[in-house]
Amino acid sequence: MLYYLIKRIAFGALVLLGASLITFCIAFVIPADPAVAIAGAKADPHTLATIRAQLGLDRPLYVQYVRYLGRALHGDLGRSYARRQSVSGLIVARFSATAVLAVCAMMLSLVLGTLGGLVAGAYRGRAPDNVLLTLSLTLVSIPVFWLGTMFLVGAAAYVRWLPLGGFDGARSLILPSFALALGSAGYYSRILQANLAEVVGQDYIRAARAKGLSPARVMLHHALANAILPLVTLAGLDFAGLLSGVVLTETVFNWPGLGRLAFEAVFNLDIPLIMGTVLFSSFLIVMANLVVDLLYAWLDPRTRLA
Amino acid sequence: MRRAGPNWLEMVGGAIALSLVVLALFAPQIAPHDPTQAVAQTFGDPGPPSLAFPCGTDQLGRDVLSRLIYGARVSLIVGLSAMAVAMTVGVAAGLCAGFFGGWTEMVLMRITDVMLTLPGLLLAMAFVAILRPSLLSILLVISLVSWTGVARVVRAETLSMASRDFVLAARALGASAGRLMIRHVMPNIAPTVIVMAALSTSGTLLLDAGLSFLGLGVPPPTPSWGRMVEESQIYFRTAPWLAFFPGLAILYAVLGFNLLGYGFLRRRHTR
Repeated sequence: MLYYLIKRIAFGALVLLGASLITFCIAFVIPADPAVAIAGAKADPHTLATIRAQLGLDRPLYVQYVRYLGRALHGDLGRSYARRQSVSGLIVARFSATAVLAVCAMMLSLVLGTLGGLVAGAYRGRAPDNVLLTLSLTLVSIPVFWLGTMFLVGAAAYVRWLPLGGFDGARSLILPSFALALGSAGYYSRILQANLAEVVGQDYIRAARAKGLSPARVMLHHALANAILPLVTLAGLDFAGLLSGVVLTETVFNWPGLGRLAFEAVFNLDIPLIMGTVLFSSFLIVMANLVVDLLYAWLDPRTRLA
Repeated sequence: MRRAGPNWLEMVGGAIALSLVVLALFAPQIAPHDPTQAVAQTFGDPGPPSLAFPCGTDQLGRDVLSRLIYGARVSLIVGLSAMAVAMTVGVAAGLCAGFFGGWTEMVLMRITDVMLTLPGLLLAMAFVAILRPSLLSILLVISLVSWTGVARVVRAETLSMASRDFVLAARALGASAGRLMIRHVMPNIAPTVIVMAALSTSGTLLLDAGLSFLGLGVPPPTPSWGRMVEESQIYFRTAPWLAFFPGLAILYAVLGFNLLGYGFLRRRHTR
């Protein structure tokens, strides 16, 4: 188990190193000069040269990368050009709003996806299965920003007590989490249905049926327990997609989280903030995958031996 | 054995995809109005759907239906070409990784792992903003973040093929690596590649829509569905149809390719 844990952590660290290399590249495909971005277009050459030296921009690329990496490891992601604040400070300030939204949406999508998958699995090949297939494919195909906008339209017209944007208490969470969750829910229900179909054909299910257990008990206690495992891995992998959805959802609902921060950074071409948000998001994704791997090992002892 | 005809998923998905291609190709003939010109009397207010304008008119008095029809062009061009680039890169990387193994596989698959831990949309936003939005930059960036999933699947399929007897036999006859990959492995993983192509088109379409919703799409005045939703945000109380129809168009296109992909998938499983 310990060996497995160390292996996963080392892998995560390696992947993050690669991610840092790619984020570092962002800064170098940019045609704009960071020194000009800080000092303004009218700065004299001497000032610009001083700033470049201060930022280490006159050093070779690999030196700059190692410095960037060293600072990032200490939690220093540089200073935002546009806001003139530390990037890590900005990220920390916005993190909680995104975390609340992402966790809510994740749980909601797992619950809805499990329900949908169970119903589809129970009625395999019959009308509800095809209805649910169409429904889940539709959910997967809905652009999240449009679903959010339609929720706003509906809430503005019919549900007066729901806030239409911003992060202000539990009620303000309802619309954005549903907008964010429904797409993944459709995806999970598809996967669960497919897993159930595979599990149901196996001997131990036939044995459970043969000893006279009710179909509901066979489904919930025997089939679901095995079919739901891959969903855990999937939810971890899907976390990257969830974060992409967060950017769009936060824009629609004016949610004060990381997604909006990244959006603003991109619009101001605020390079340190762009690099910081991308790197931090990949850190979150690596962490989510690590948690899922451990959860999986705990749920399914077979993986620990592998 | 009876060869099964197309299932309902393939038929509906295929019909949707075909209708999109027709709309995009014959937009000037089908669209009732010029998508970039004001055709309705307007005083800065969007017009509701009516007989003359079935999807209403926007704040500049342009016909929404015509803009939707022309919007199919950009969506299809970006969606399909980004898919083609992503598939080419993904299949090539997956084939090489699965076939050669060793260092090639190590390097290619670690790159894939890294790309998969970066949030696609965020990375695409950053690169499009830096390169400035244009048809080419959007297309390339979407391909850049979409090829990795394909590479993984193709690698797994190639691995299972590369040790089969017919490949070994061809190798024993002295076939070159390139010939083995293209003539022997490729045809056998083609069904998977077709499924992936349909499913990744829905992915590239959604990414393109998301980017243009964030203002990083193909620049105006070219009509694009994502931007139409974004521009309608401020009218969501007074003119909800402005956001409704373009979003529905995105859903229609994405759903079409998803249906097609799942239809192909189901055909393979029932065989």
